[in-house]
Amino acid sequence: MKRKHKRLTFVGVALLLLAAAAALVLTAFEESIVFFYSPTDLVTKNPEPDRRLRLGGLVVDDSIEKQGGGLVQFRVTDTAETVNVSFTGLLPDLFREGQGVVAEGRFVNGVFMADEVLAKHDENYMPPEVAEALKKSGQWKHNEEVEYQ
Amino acid sequence: MTAELGHFALILAMFIAMVQATLPLIGAQRNMPVWVELANPASYIQLALTTFAFACLLHVYLISDFTVVNVVQNSHTDKPLIYKIAGTWGNHEGSLLLWVFILALFGAAVALFGRNLPPAFKARVLSVQAMIAIGFYLFMLLTSNPFERISPAPLNGTDLNPLLQDPGLAIHPPLLYLGYVGFSVAFSFAIAALIEGRVDAAWARWVRPWTLAAWVFLTGGIVLGSWWAYYELGWGGWWFWDPVENASFMPWLAGTALLHSAVVVEKRDTLKGWTVLLAIVAFSMSLLGTFIVRSGVLTSVHAFATDPTRGVFILLLLAIVIGGSLALFAWRGPQLKGSGLFQPISREGALLFNNLVMATGLAAVLLGTLYPLFIDVVGGAKISVGAPFFNAVFLPLMVPMIIAMALGPFLNWKRGDVMPALARLRFVAILALAAGAAAWSIETDGPFMGVIGIALAVWLGGGVIAEVCERIHLFKAPIAESFRRLNRMPRATWGMSFAHFGMALAIAGMSGAGGWKVESIQTMKPGETITVSGYDYRFDGATSSKGPNYSVIAGSFTVFKDGQEFTVLKPEKRFYPVTQMPTTEAAIHTTLMGDLYAVIGDEEGTDGSFVTRIYYNPLVVWMWIGTVVMMFGGALSISDRRHRVGVPQRSKTPVIAKPTASV
Repeated sequence: MKRKHKRLTFVGVALLLLAAAAALVLTAFEESIVFFYSPTDLVTKNPEPDRRLRLGGLVVDDSIEKQGGGLVQFRVTDTAETVNVSFTGLLPDLFREGQGVVAEGRFVNGVFMADEVLAKHDENYMPPEVAEALKKSGQWKHNEEVEYQ
Repeated sequence: MTAELGHFALILAMFIAMVQATLPLIGAQRNMPVWVELANPASYIQLALTTFAFACLLHVYLISDFTVVNVVQNSHTDKPLIYKIAGTWGNHEGSLLLWVFILALFGAAVALFGRNLPPAFKARVLSVQAMIAIGFYLFMLLTSNPFERISPAPLNGTDLNPLLQDPGLAIHPPLLYLGYVGFSVAFSFAIAALIEGRVDAAWARWVRPWTLAAWVFLTGGIVLGSWWAYYELGWGGWWFWDPVENASFMPWLAGTALLHSAVVVEKRDTLKGWTVLLAIVAFSMSLLGTFIVRSGVLTSVHAFATDPTRGVFILLLLAIVIGGSLALFAWRGPQLKGSGLFQPISREGALLFNNLVMATGLAAVLLGTLYPLFIDVVGGAKISVGAPFFNAVFLPLMVPMIIAMALGPFLNWKRGDVMPALARLRFVAILALAAGAAAWSIETDGPFMGVIGIALAVWLGGGVIAEVCERIHLFKAPIAESFRRLNRMPRATWGMSFAHFGMALAIAGMSGAGGWKVESIQTMKPGETITVSGYDYRFDGATSSKGPNYSVIAGSFTVFKDGQEFTVLKPEKRFYPVTQMPTTEAAIHTTLMGDLYAVIGDEEGTDGSFVTRIYYNPLVVWMWIGTVVMMFGGALSISDRRHRVGVPQRSKTPVIAKPTASV
């Protein structure tokens, strides 16, 4: 093989790898990109039940109901709309009423079936998506802004 | 007073860095030895000043000086001593101080241990180090001063985030930063080489130990973080493809590729431009990692509080460092021509293949991590890219690489032949297939990737052992001869074998824990028993008590195997009154076959029932053992004597290399 041919071999291998990666990326993107919904988005857009989503908002006060067996139900609001959430498992340590939360799961028959509730590492931390959803619904008050910074 | 002294030391250090960044560089270009020699003392003084500043911060933490904002926000008089110490770097400002301290440490180390470097080259390296330092001093002094005072001083502090009050996490940031910042040395070597316009075998040998050191520390930092997530977050998982985890993983991928391509530069005098590029990428990824963690632009389980001005500053710093170095690379890179001819099937071919896969994997992780940010910036929907994406893209890419990883060391430099190598590995191949089949037969509905993972682990582990046997001519020569060869094996070679074997162990652990994890969530009354993976867990109720700065609810499980008492697990739920934060302390009993893992949740009802979560995580311990073995391999390789004696002699060493002197 001449030098040129060798170089072509390498370029070929590299392109092949990149093509494989691109194919993997495209198929994976199709299946695994998770869109973020506020409660208002959920109610107005009513997405298909087979679509994985993230829901973000505030946990409604006094809405947490423990059903036994680790099943928990609570409501999440952006103050314009409120959505029922059902989750089985241990809630993250910082899950609290009146606080921001991000849940991941599917929207089935008007109930958000979460299989993951995102933990936070800091009680003052507000997921940016939640902050934005609250801003959109006009509920972002200045004092909250200070508090959640 | 202490705080002001620390602040002053930082300002002084910045001016020293400004001198170090300019004069030695100009001296090296214009052949002025006096200016060139400034680099050494400047880096020592910088180290002394940052050490002093760090000691000042440590001091205000130790005496709980609540006139300093940073101490108020991250400490409390009741906090145990070790976390007062760890508190200095468990926050944004303090961790930046740690960053520049480590940067100065590496700079001084290059000045001290780089005696065999040509003076002009060394001066350029130290100047580049100082340029990076200036950026970080400015960032700290302008946006994140750790020594800021508060008046009136509060009576007590608000305590460190309880999740961070953990021995594993106390040393996680320093290790991680030693890794991140360690790549700055490889970066500075690369920039200095671009300025000089030459990269040769000697250059590759100088870069290698520093890159190895950074790699060992980074591996340790990542694993500690992962281990912490495993036992502290109480989810039974150890890797979540979270943006912050990816941030530490990306420099690791680039650094691993760099280690392997530097070998090719050293042995075959080719792949030079690529290696320099990798050095730039590895450090750029470290900076990006700092940016991702510090700016809070991505939703992450790790995200600290956000501050937009800081984000803009780091973004600017990133643009200057990455943009500037890539521009320099585009300008000078083409001069770095290799002399070696390249055969696709050869040792260097296998190493290049490793590099291509690592780079592709890095690109995929980078894409998945930054894509949500990108879509957000261009005004698209809010999206997140989670674990399914990374698993679907990254894991399949690793399969061919691990197959090649066992094969590569059997190939010769220049011209290898696959068939003899495969022939020597045929028993290993049979063994690997058998192991995969065995894994599949034990749990037929287990995941496909788990089965493949087990087979790959056996293939790689067996391959490493077969390669060592081959190298010492075991059973082909008299046993004394084999023993003599074993003794003579260079440490770098041992390092490779250990690192690769550690990788095999880690793959086994990851496959086991990733593929066959068993999870059981339920409410349990005291006295109730449930069975998970052949172990019977009896819940014996929970009791409350008090720790130094928290209150505890401790559950107790007695675990039986085949009717015999096996162990007692005591998971805890802690509550820290100062920060009003609960934390979960999982109880873990480790066996070589798998971890028994129990977590206690909230109380339910009035009869002493609790929500409990019990996991069986197969083979997890091998992941930790494997990474320790990898780190040991890296350390062994650093200690190879060829890195220290004799060799770094350039064929014709001009004191000042002409920019056109490319080889």
